Parts: sequence; structure tokens; C-alpha cells
Amino acid sequence: MSSKKAPTYMRNIKCQELTVLDVVPFGQTLSEVTHCFALRLENPGWERWRPGQFVMVRHPSFGLELIWGRAFSISRMASSGLSLFIQTYGRGTKRLSESLPGEKVTVWGPLGNGFAVQDKRTLMLAGGIGLAPFLAYAEAHPSPNKLELIFGHRLPLETYPFENAKNLVPEMTARSFHEQTPEDLPKFLEMVDEAVQRYADGGLILACGPTPFLRAIKKMAAEHGAMAQLSLENKMGCGVGACLGCVVTDDKGENVQVCSKGPVFWAHKIEL
Amino acid sequence: MASKTSTTPDTRVSLPGLAIKNPIMTASGTFGYGLEFASFGKLEDLGGIVVKGLSLKPRAGNPMERIAESPCGMLNAIGLQNIGVERFLEEKLPALPHEETAIVANLYACDAAEFGELAQALAADARLAALEVNVSCPNVAAGGQAFGQDPAQAAAVTRAVKDAAGSMPVIVKLSPNVADITMVARAVADAGADMLTCINTLLGMAVDLKTRRPRLANVVGGLSGPAIKPVALRCVWQVSQAVDIPVIGVGGISTAADVLEFILAGAHAVQIGTANFMRPDTVFHIVEELPALMSTYGVTHLDELRGTLQV
Ligand SMILES: Cc1cc2nc3c(=O)[nH]c(=O)nc-3n(C[C@H](O)[C@H](O)[C@H](O)COP(=O)(O)OP(=O)(O)OC[C@H]3O[C@@H](n4cnc5c(N)ncnc54)[C@H](O)[C@@H]3O)c2cc1C
Ligand SMILES: Cc1cc2nc3c(=O)[nH]c(=O)nc-3n(C[C@H](O)[C@H](O)[C@H](O)COP(=O)(O)O)c2cc1C
Ligand code: FES
Repeated sequence: MSSKKAPTYMRNIKCQELTVLDVVPFGQTLSEVTHCFALRLENPGWERWRPGQFVMVRHPSFGLELIWGRAFSISRMASSGLSLFIQTYGRGTKRLSESLPGEKVTVWGPLGNGFAVQDKRTLMLAGGIGLAPFLAYAEAHPSPNKLELIFGHRLPLETYPFENAKNLVPEMTARSFHEQTPEDLPKFLEMVDEAVQRYADGGLILACGPTPFLRAIKKMAAEHGAMAQLSLENKMGCGVGACLGCVVTDDKGENVQVCSKGPVFWAHKIEL
Repeated sequence: MASKTSTTPDTRVSLPGLAIKNPIMTASGTFGYGLEFASFGKLEDLGGIVVKGLSLKPRAGNPMERIAESPCGMLNAIGLQNIGVERFLEEKLPALPHEETAIVANLYACDAAEFGELAQALAADARLAALEVNVSCPNVAAGGQAFGQDPAQAAAVTRAVKDAAGSMPVIVKLSPNVADITMVARAVADAGADMLTCINTLLGMAVDLKTRRPRLANVVGGLSGPAIKPVALRCVWQVSQAVDIPVIGVGGISTAADVLEFILAGAHAVQIGTANFMRPDTVFHIVEELPALMSTYGVTHLDELRGTLQV
């Protein structure tokens, strides 16, 4: 269904039932615990989408009990289907991790705006499951040899699709940093700071991860005069800009919806 | 109940000064300014759209966190963030299907005079079908209690809006956070309200055991969603018996069956709120499913069903 009155930014969004192709656990090494998994869904048939955009997902078992959909970055889009990389966190992601092939989940998207794709040296900074959108980004980029990925993580590396990213886009430079103790964090941030500095001159920086991580990057970018885009992970009710539950304050002091005006913002245009 | 017929059921509803093609409206604050949902269905298929609560000047709302999920419901303390009446009329209203669907402005102010000013600005625009008055502003003069909790103050606000609204119908939206909702309902009806909406959110809170802090920055917020449906049904039933003006039911409605339950309890029309978040096309599905469900229960016109609950 579509309406002639839909504003341009909305025209492309669909709400549909998509068949689950499979659920691929990551990092299921010794224990039975699967921290992360890839949820592969049938191709939604979108006309257009951009890396950094996301979808809202509901499993039928949410019923009336879990009210909101759950937000996930578009991690890969191929003709064979749409992949989301999900970290099991609470009730919703647990239920999604238990979906079975052939089941239908409700998906609305592609939502929000994406990362800028510019043909210049680009640094991708990912914290934890913040890695998810960068697979799509690296795959879609016209000059992947200009890309550098720095990935900080707490769970074992095999929990995340890091190797997949490297295999998919071998032209990009990729490094990972395992934060095992709290003392490792300053070391990681030092490494990030050094990189941000390298991209201050004519480069582009993109970041996705926990808010404290994004806050640190915003500060570094400001100090070194670098252009950076941050992808925010605010709690979302509707995903389409209606409930005003996900807002961030912009540089004009206005509260704007992260779901529809973001989730990607220029670092200097928002307060964090 | 009437016997099953083969004719297509008539979903039209006639309200004071307002005829709508079906009883399904969207609830204020849950459907943005309407356009946010335009790609999930045809806005012109809806009986009405009640837009996000408007104030005279734009408002930034409360600090984050503003929303929290709870079993079968959610809490919100958005704090009435809105773009203000001027920008609404200029930027949003022209794009809404105001000829096919009743566009209702939800008003929010902190004293009767300001309510009057706001009502005047909105009632001058013929593209709007009605005004819905939200009387939940905590009134400092009354010790932080909302207008809607005091029959006299709710009546004063109703009078101010009625006086300013001219011929535009005025709906007053009642709060369930009172000992006896029929007292406020009667006071507001006597003050000239054309219709009532039952109910706004229930005051609640959520705490985080890990951080030992409230989950909402505002500490308390409004509970909505399927969890409040029984309360809303009760209020609609009580109020529709206490007053002679039509009642619009809202609270936890997420299916066409819920709609018919509210009409059975006495509602003339309904609003869909939190269910719009559960799936952004919910309200369009309900509109589509309603006629078939009416047929299933042998209802050819909603007037036959309204208020026929046998107790
Ligand atoms: C734009 C965007 C993209 C995201 N992309 C991914 C991704 O690719 N992979 C991934 O694993 N996670 C991603 N997240 C985070 C993911 O949405 C949450 O982990 C998930 O909603 C948790 O739900 P739950 O039911 O398991 O947790 P619960 O604790 O049961 O959820 C409670 C509520 O809090 C919300 N919530 C909890 N944690 C977060 C969080 N970190 N961010 C946003 N909302 C949260 C949930 O939506 C839910 O409404 C993204 C979030 C956003 C906003
Ligand atoms: C996020 C959110 C914002 C709301 N904003 C308003 C508002 O601006 N004005 C108003 O009168 N009611 C507002 N409400 C209340 C709803 O219109 C409705 O009365 C309430 O949510 C109960 O219905 P529901 O259970 O179907 O959601 C809001 C509710 C929610 C969840
Ligand atoms: S999640 Fe509802 S406005 Fe962003």
C-alpha cells in the first residue's frame, strides 16, 4: 500500500512479513551460550536503501506482551536476502534468536538515513555489535581500498562477523582490539585517537557503538578538526518518527527523532 | 443481536458536527502528525486522525529517557514535545487528507486563557474537523494536580475552548487518574463539551534494579497499551451512562474485535494509540477488518450494537 501523500522520506518504507531463511549462531564455541547470531531473512525487495539504515523487527511471539519492534542495522543485503547481526541482550533478541527457518517475522524499513558514502579515505570505528552496519557499508563502497576498519570488542572475536567483513571486502584495512579488562579501554581509545588524527585532513570518519564510545569519538573529532558521523542507538518505540521517544538534542537546541532524522548524525550537529 | 445479513455493514458514524466514514481514529501522540504513517496505508481510509498535542509555542518536551516498555504496555513521559500551532498549520496540515478524513487537533495549555487562544487559532482553520482538549497539564495553582482531575477546573477550560471554537466541535479528553471519572465527565458535559474521549494514560513508573534509578527521567509517566484496556472499557461504560454526549473510547485497542467491544460498552468511535507502534499498519488493518467482523456478529450498523451491553 502507498499513498500519494507520503512525504518523500517515507515513500520507500514498507511493513511486511518476511520469511526467516536461517539463524546462524556466532561464537558458539565451548558453552551453549550464543551471544550473537545472524538472522537471515528473505529479500524484502526494497527499491532503495543505504548502509547505516535500519529495520524494526517483531517476532510473532512478541504478541501483545512486547510492545515495540526491535531496531537492527541492515548488515548485508544481497539478492539472496537481508542479514541482520544481532547480539542477544534481553527478551526480544532472545526470542528472535529462537526463530525457526520458514517462520515469518514482521519487518518495517528501510528506516532512517544512512552513512555518507564519499569517495575519500574513510575510517570506520565499530564498538561491539556496532560492527553490523559496516559490512553493508564496506560492501557497497565504490573504492573499498580507501576504507579502514577499527573494531573494539569485549566478547571473543569469533562472536562477531569480523572475519566475514574481512573476507567480503579484502581490499579494506581491518584491525581488531580485544578489551578484556577495564584497563584496556584507555589503550583502545588511544589507538582510536591516533587514527582519528590521521583522518582529520580530508578524510571521513564513521562510528557505531555504545554511547560512551560515540561520545569519546565526538570529542576526538572536535579536537582534531575531523569530520565524523555517528550512528546512535537510542531506545525506539515506533521507528518512524511518531512517538518522540528516541530524541537527541541537535545544535539548534531542538529535540529531533533519532529514528527518522538519524540514526546517523554529523558529530558536531548533536549533543551527546 | 440482529440476524446475519448479506449486505455490506455500514461503518459510518455521525457525531455532533462531524460525520466520519468509520469509527476508527488514531490517538494523539501515537501517530505523529499523520504523515509518518503515510507509507503504511491510505490515510484517507481512516475515520479520523488526532494529531500530536499542540501548544501555542513549540515545546522541547522532557529530557531522555522518555519511554519504557512494561508487560503489555509502555510508559511515556514525552512532555508534549511539539512544533507549535503555527508550524503545524503551515507545514503539516496541508499534506493531510482533510477532505476525506476528520483531522482533529489535540490542544494542550496550562491555563484557561491560553486554551482559549489556542482554540481560536485552530478553529479558524476549516481544514480541521474538531478540537480535542487535553486537560492533563499539572496546574501549579492547584498544587500540581492536573486540570482534568478537578471537575470545576476541567469545566472552566471546556468553557474557554467552547467560547473560542465557534462552530467547531469540542471534544474533551478525560484522565483516568481520578476517583470517579463520571464527576469530571458530567462537569465537562454541562460546560458545553460536544464529545468526550476516554481515556488518557494511567500514571505509572518503572524502576531499574541495577542502577537503582527510575527508568524515566521524569520519574513517572503515562501507561498505555493493551495493559490498560480493561480500565478504558470500564471508563467508557461508566461515562457513557453518566452523560448524554458521545464518548470516544481509547486505551489498549489493537484489533477490530476490541473496537466492537468498546462500542458495545457505549463508545461512538474509538482511537488507536500504542498499537500503532506494535506495527505501523495496525490501524489500517483494523479499518479493513471491521466490516467483516461486523458481519460475523450480525451487525449492519454500529448504532445497533452501541451500548447494548447486558449487565
Ligand atoms: C538504529 C539502531 C540499530 C541497531 N542495530 C543493532 C544491530 O545491528 N544489532 C544488534 O544486536 N543490536 C542493534 N541495536 C540495538 C538493539 O535494538 C537492542 O539491543 C534491542 O532492542 C534489545 O532488545 P531486547 O528485547 O533484547 O532487550 P530488552 O532489554 O528486553 O529491551 C527493552 C527495551 O529497550 C530497548 N533497548 C534495549 N537495549 C537497547 C539498545 N542498545 N539500543 C536500542 N534499544 C535498546 C529495546 O528495544 C526494548 O524496547 C540497534 C539499535 C538501534 C536504535
Ligand atoms: C508516546 C505517547 C504520546 C502521547 N501524547 C499524547 C498527547 O500529546 N496528547 C494526548 O491527549 N494524549 C497523548 N497520549 C495518550 C494517547 O492518546 C492515548 O490516550 C493513550 O495512549 C491510551 O491509548 P492506547 O492504549 O491505545 O495507547 C500519548 C500516548 C503515548 C503512548
Ligand atoms: S522511535 Fe518513535 S520517534 Fe523515534
